[in-house]
Amino acid sequence: MRILLVEDDPTVRSFVLKGLKEAGHNVDQADNGKDGLYLAIGEKYDIIILDRMLPGGIDGLNILETLRGQKNNTPVLLLSALSEVDDRVDGLRAGGDDYVTKPFAFSELLARVEALGRRGHNDSAPETSLTVGDLSLDLLSREVRRGGQKIDLQPREFRLLEFLVRHAGQVVTRTMLLEKVWDYHFDPQTNVIDVHVSRLRQKVDKPFETAIIHTVRNAGYILRPTQD
Amino acid sequence: MTEDRSLPRRRRFRWRPGRPGGKRGRWPIRSAGINFALGYGVLFLISATLFLSFIWWSSTNLLNQHVRAFIETDAQELQKRWTYGGAPALGDAITDRLEQNIDDDALYLLTDRHGRRLAGNLPGWPVAIKRMDHFYELTIRRYTFTTPAEFKAYNLPHGFRLIVGHDIRGRTLLSTVITRTVIWCAVMIALLAVGGALVVRDLFRRMVGSIARTASAVASGDLNHRITLTGSETDLVAETVNTMLDRINRLMEGVRQVSNAIAHDLRTPITRARNQLEEALFSATSPDELRTAVDRAIGDLDHITGIFEALLRIAQIEAGSRRSAFTMVDLNQLLTNMAELYEASAEDAGLRLHLDTRPLPPLHGDERMLQQALANLLDNAIKFSPPDSTLTLKAHPVPSIAPSGHPAPENGPAGVEISVRDQGPGMNDADILRAHERFFRAESARNTPGSGLGLSLVQAVTSLHHGRLTLTQAHPGLKVTLFLPLTQEAEQASRSVSLTEGSS
Ligand SMILES: Nc1ncnc2c1ncn2[C@@H]1O[C@H](COP(=O)(O)OP(=O)(O)OP(=O)(O)O)[C@@H](O)[C@H]1O
Ligand SMILES: [Mg+2]
Repeated sequence: MRILLVEDDPTVRSFVLKGLKEAGHNVDQADNGKDGLYLAIGEKYDIIILDRMLPGGIDGLNILETLRGQKNNTPVLLLSALSEVDDRVDGLRAGGDDYVTKPFAFSELLARVEALGRRGHNDSAPETSLTVGDLSLDLLSREVRRGGQKIDLQPREFRLLEFLVRHAGQVVTRTMLLEKVWDYHFDPQTNVIDVHVSRLRQKVDKPFETAIIHTVRNAGYILRPTQD
Repeated sequence: MTEDRSLPRRRRFRWRPGRPGGKRGRWPIRSAGINFALGYGVLFLISATLFLSFIWWSSTNLLNQHVRAFIETDAQELQKRWTYGGAPALGDAITDRLEQNIDDDALYLLTDRHGRRLAGNLPGWPVAIKRMDHFYELTIRRYTFTTPAEFKAYNLPHGFRLIVGHDIRGRTLLSTVITRTVIWCAVMIALLAVGGALVVRDLFRRMVGSIARTASAVASGDLNHRITLTGSETDLVAETVNTMLDRINRLMEGVRQVSNAIAHDLRTPITRARNQLEEALFSATSPDELRTAVDRAIGDLDHITGIFEALLRIAQIEAGSRRSAFTMVDLNQLLTNMAELYEASAEDAGLRLHLDTRPLPPLHGDERMLQQALANLLDNAIKFSPPDSTLTLKAHPVPSIAPSGHPAPENGPAGVEISVRDQGPGMNDADILRAHERFFRAESARNTPGSGLGLSLVQAVTSLHHGRLTLTQAHPGLKVTLFLPLTQEAEQASRSVSLTEGSS
């Protein structure tokens, strides 16, 4: 993916830059709002990562608002040291697609960037079913089958699986699941998400030969279809 | 970084010393005591003047009436003389009276048809007197002085005319006395006012002095100083200030505690991370060892970030600014979803989560924060529960209480009560009192993970909603109860909900 990174702190910038490049992305960078805006408007990116606070009079939100004002719908992920809920709401209201607070784990950022990049592609006609490998989900009847065998899921388990399937092949973090599947924005101390995923695994993986839901150490989960 | 640029420029407030009165045209005297006394003096002077004016007015009136009555009766008597003996008798009578008049204030004049003076002590007919039966007040010359006098003229038969008058210099005398009294009064009032001002100012100073001494002691750092109560009117202020100082003291104590706790609770993981990194730097022999050390250090940093975030969030909630983001929250939905989220972890820990809720009216509040608070309570309950026990998440509306003290269900619910109960070790009374303090962890909780901020946040969220957080021993276990009052908006909304339900 082609990514623009606008971040003024050199350490954070080079850290993110290196990580994204290692993950195989093509990254342009800017260390101030003016250059960032110039690049964001002039070039075509799959994703823009914007720091909220930038030197030079143009901050992240200004860039975002200008882009949205020009009907540019490139997915934007905001980075910020402000973690107050209101700041997050401000950012999302201004047209941001996701929000990561500093300090962050790189795996979290990468997972969110890839999720955003994927989203940009498949917003065509509304699908009625999802299929990954031998797993298929009927979004209308809420029926799940794997290798022709029907699997009974609770509504929440279905949504969890649906999210994993939509991001098949990508790492999704626990926070992402909590936010996107449950719409919660807090840190539970107990392993609530792990427990739900392991329940899902009981139903989706246990009865079958191969597992499709995998744990990624220090990051989260990934649904990888069985190769046949 | 250019953080400083993003900071709002602090406005500078300068104190401008100048004329004490400030704006032009203002009253120049600032001392309350002097103003008080001056005000009193002016009031006194005005009332004294009014009082004396009234005396002046009524006594001159009385004097006038008296004089007129005297003139009338005298004239009647003289006219009677005329009927007995005509002009000579009248003339004699007048002369008689003048001789007998010791005060020398009676005035008479009898003239014949040619206007010649026949008797009396007036030198001639005063030109001003033209009409009969009418009182005139004139200034006349007598001997060597002039004096005011009251006159009335009468027609007698055959063109004779009579004037009866009375010298009223008594009135002048009275006016002098009164004027002098007013002046003396003014002087005395002025003296009293000045003296009073000094006394009152001193009194004021003494009353305010104790407050000022305390305030300056506090300003210079002695927070334990208190204003002594004297039983005077300033006690009202003194008590309020003392209460305020108590509160400040408690807050300061809290801040001190928190900063100590922060120092301790942040230093510990920081030290751990640092030691680990340092040790790895010097003694790690394999990349794997190094990686493990770095990994642990990152874990510690994340823990520190967590503490930081929780502290900031609590501070933000306590500031109350989040009330602007209140919306109508469907508590039924919130509780079901929360129970669903935690049911799995409870089961994983070998616990049963029992949900027991009655339908709840919508609440005006902050949904995210309520979720967070509930999550903290459930986290605690799961953390402190022994295996194979039951957690109960209970919620029900609380009926209003009528002024008589009885429940008044017709008024709709007053609030909702949400409680989380576990069957763990519970807490003793002393710990319950301190549970909501930042970083407080009971001795028995030392071996469980956590930083002691969970209940502080719950407390902050509850206060944000004007609610009440109560911890009670449940034998076995702990019961944590949130009471959240319904605001008027919530009440209205709940009423409209029940209406639509009724109509469908
Ligand atoms: N359900 C409970 N049973 C027994 N003790 C409890 C319970 N809930 C809280 N406590 C006691 O109150 C203390 C403070 O609780 P609090 O939730 O504030 O902190 P914590 O759970 O220790 O840490 P944190 O929530 O920040 O991770 C706990 O350390 C524990 O001693
Ligand atoms: Mg806790």
